[in-house]
Amino acid sequence: MKKLGLIVNPIAGMGGRCGLKGTDGAEILAQACALGAVPEAPDRALTALQQVAKLADDVEVVTVGGDMGAKEADAAGLDARILFTPDGRATTSEDTRRAAAELAAHGVDLILFAGGDGTARDVYAAVGDDVVCLGIPAGCKIHSGVYAINPRNAGELAALYLQGKVKATGRAEVMDIDEDAFREGRVSAELYGYLTVPRDAARVQGGKAGRTQKDEQALDEIAYYLFDVIEPDSLYILGTGSTVFGLKERLGVDGTLLGVDVTRGRELIAKDVTERQILELLEAEGGDKAKIVVTVIGGQGYIFGRGNQQLSPRVIEKVGRENILVVATKQKIAALGGRPLLVDTGSEETNALLTGYMRVITGYSEQIAVRVSA
Amino acid sequence: MGITKVRKNFHQARWDEPMIFELSTPGVRGIIPPAAEAEVAAAAGDVVGKLPESIRRKTPPALPEVDQKRVLAHYLHLSQETLGSNLNADMSQGTCTMKYNPRINEDLAMESRFANVHPWQDEDTLQGILEIYWGMEQIMKAVSGMDRFTLQPGGGAHAVFTAASIIRAYWRDKGELDTRDEVVTSMFSHPCDAASPHTAGFKIITLMPKEDGYPDLEAMKSVVGPRTAAIFFTNPEDTGIYNPLIEEFVKVAHEAGAVCFNDQANGNVLMGIARTRDAGFDLCHYNLHKTFGTPHGGSGPGTGAMGCREEFAKYLPYPTVEKDPATGRFYLDYDRPESIGKIKGFLGSAGVVLRAYCWAMAMGPEGLRETAEISALNNNYFMELVKRIPGVSAPYAEGHRRLEECRWSWQPLTEETGVGTDDILRRVGDFGLQHYWSSHHPWVVPEPMTIEPCETFAKEELEEYAAVLAQIAEEARTDPELVKQSPHKCATHKRAAEEELDDPTKWATTWKAYKRKIGK
Repeated sequence: MKKLGLIVNPIAGMGGRCGLKGTDGAEILAQACALGAVPEAPDRALTALQQVAKLADDVEVVTVGGDMGAKEADAAGLDARILFTPDGRATTSEDTRRAAAELAAHGVDLILFAGGDGTARDVYAAVGDDVVCLGIPAGCKIHSGVYAINPRNAGELAALYLQGKVKATGRAEVMDIDEDAFREGRVSAELYGYLTVPRDAARVQGGKAGRTQKDEQALDEIAYYLFDVIEPDSLYILGTGSTVFGLKERLGVDGTLLGVDVTRGRELIAKDVTERQILELLEAEGGDKAKIVVTVIGGQGYIFGRGNQQLSPRVIEKVGRENILVVATKQKIAALGGRPLLVDTGSEETNALLTGYMRVITGYSEQIAVRVSA
Repeated sequence: MGITKVRKNFHQARWDEPMIFELSTPGVRGIIPPAAEAEVAAAAGDVVGKLPESIRRKTPPALPEVDQKRVLAHYLHLSQETLGSNLNADMSQGTCTMKYNPRINEDLAMESRFANVHPWQDEDTLQGILEIYWGMEQIMKAVSGMDRFTLQPGGGAHAVFTAASIIRAYWRDKGELDTRDEVVTSMFSHPCDAASPHTAGFKIITLMPKEDGYPDLEAMKSVVGPRTAAIFFTNPEDTGIYNPLIEEFVKVAHEAGAVCFNDQANGNVLMGIARTRDAGFDLCHYNLHKTFGTPHGGSGPGTGAMGCREEFAKYLPYPTVEKDPATGRFYLDYDRPESIGKIKGFLGSAGVVLRAYCWAMAMGPEGLRETAEISALNNNYFMELVKRIPGVSAPYAEGHRRLEECRWSWQPLTEETGVGTDDILRRVGDFGLQHYWSSHHPWVVPEPMTIEPCETFAKEELEEYAAVLAQIAEEARTDPELVKQSPHKCATHKRAAEEELDDPTKWATTWKAYKRKIGK
């Protein structure tokens, strides 16, 4: 029998309706409640679970007591095994982490969680990419790619995955913005890592390009192209994110997923480098023969300034605009819906240098010209 | 006055028909021909012995052994399980220009004086079909403004590949092929405008659309330069939006020395109204299948008529069909040393050219213009009906009319109900209409639907299709499972797990592959 782990973050999304931009932290939650916010995540979780309820005889639901899953499972008519019940009145991010860790230890086949970016971060912190997870969108902030398009689709996809009808899995970004900064009008989004999610383009956010060329094939094409054009004597500063990591893997570079790595040709010379290390390498080798390879991070279209702050204005200026290779799948560019690529390097001059049009490498000898704005 | 009826009680045949190979019984024959008469046998001699030893079969081919009556029933069953052309309002295959194929042209193509000619006959005995080829070229020249055409390509993408090959030869002769290695196209041009030049060895740069739906001219200016070999643009694009700035795009390309190709597969709506040559293009193509009234053909046969200015004519595939001005005799010209060569067997799809010629001659110049006008009128009437359906939108070019088609988006309905375009298009089949076509990939328009209600569809048929879409949108709200589990009344299967469709170990396109994959 398959085991479905369930986590509901009951307070997710409460800040959104009151214009609080998020619900991270006790103080904000109190403000949200004072403004009359009511929990929405439980209803959204229930909508998803109703899709799973059809499999009641074949699936064991494992969850957390009280508001964090037990109530919703019961409402959907699913018997659930309760691992623990959090004490205290309001649940915290610590409860989410504990729940995810215990569900992983229990050996569940899939963790279905209702929440927003903060919840995804907590689940990621607890389980990394070891357990297949899927988010039911219920939070104020959904920048992460781990969420289904809507609660119903989350339930459907969970059911298909548990039945073995969808088998493929892939990495999806866990992103979050700093709520305090956001309330002050600054966006500071970080890439925290990648959860493993069931892969079904029609049901997961960010994959709105329909059933089409798989990411794996698109990465193969881009990698073959880079393989042919990489100059053996040049420095390659390989950026962060799963697209560039996929290329690192294909080019035989033992690089990092969340870090910046540097190669000479295809030979790795420095791993997970800081801005200072990059500048030292550029100083030693001469910046004119270096190239930066970056991809589009997250649904908003950032190529610099989100999850790759190591590639600072000084690094960019030293390498030069013409030596920046932006790589992305066609689906990712299409999903921008005509919006420009974005840069937020922290330097207005560097941002100005990068704006205009850039050619994004999308396949073997295939590029899309996309506008870049700051 | 006809009626508009939504066929709520439609039900298609579902025969649960075995594969023809599964029907095979050893020893059963469809037909037993009589033995040849002694005189004939003696005159023919040992026929098999005349074949080289190397190509003689040692064992008979593994063909199914089925009697005549069962073979006929088998294929009748299969035909009843399709919703083929001319069976209903097949306007739903947008960008395909599905239209009625007049029966008289089918009769002419079946007529023995055409059906029995062989391309290896002496030219003197092929004067009729050569005249039709020559005449069709004159019609295409008039429609486009170009100087020469080839009717050899077997389809649209093949015609675009022919153009790319000609452009490659052109730059090779100028000694610039090494540096002119880039082709610029747009996201809403047909994907073969990227794929065909890519196959011909060019690097492809695609322009994204702006909010007004036009390709981004500033992006074009940023990428066009000394490396640009050519631009390949469709206009109107697959959104049905005509790019009125097309001359600007051509100007930018020409100033950089590049060649300009215009994909006119969507040209149904421009015939007799605008000529691609007048917009400055150097080469272009039209689809004789579909646009010129011939059947879609289900992956062939088709004809992509590819035209060019005189400067490029020497590269056209051989043979060209020529007319001797002195004698009026038609002949095939193989003596074309700079030609890119042969691109299709014999003359191409002569049956398609014949039907297209008959259609164009019957329509006449005024008829071609009327075709264009009514196709635009039909689409805009249909759009007014569809716009009233809550949950569907027409992204880009807000407030502007489209030409012959529109790429719609069901995104608002999907967000509201979880029912997406892949569900809706399957459900259309339950009302006896062909499912519609969503979009090429990647989906730039989310949850897309592309419908081209061209000139042969009646007002009632447009109303029926729109009413069916409205009905399904309503069902998505009241009974989403009904739509998601559709079709219910068609011969086609319910939705398979989609990832299996991408897994070559799970499907087979031939019996031999099927047996190999399931290990029998």
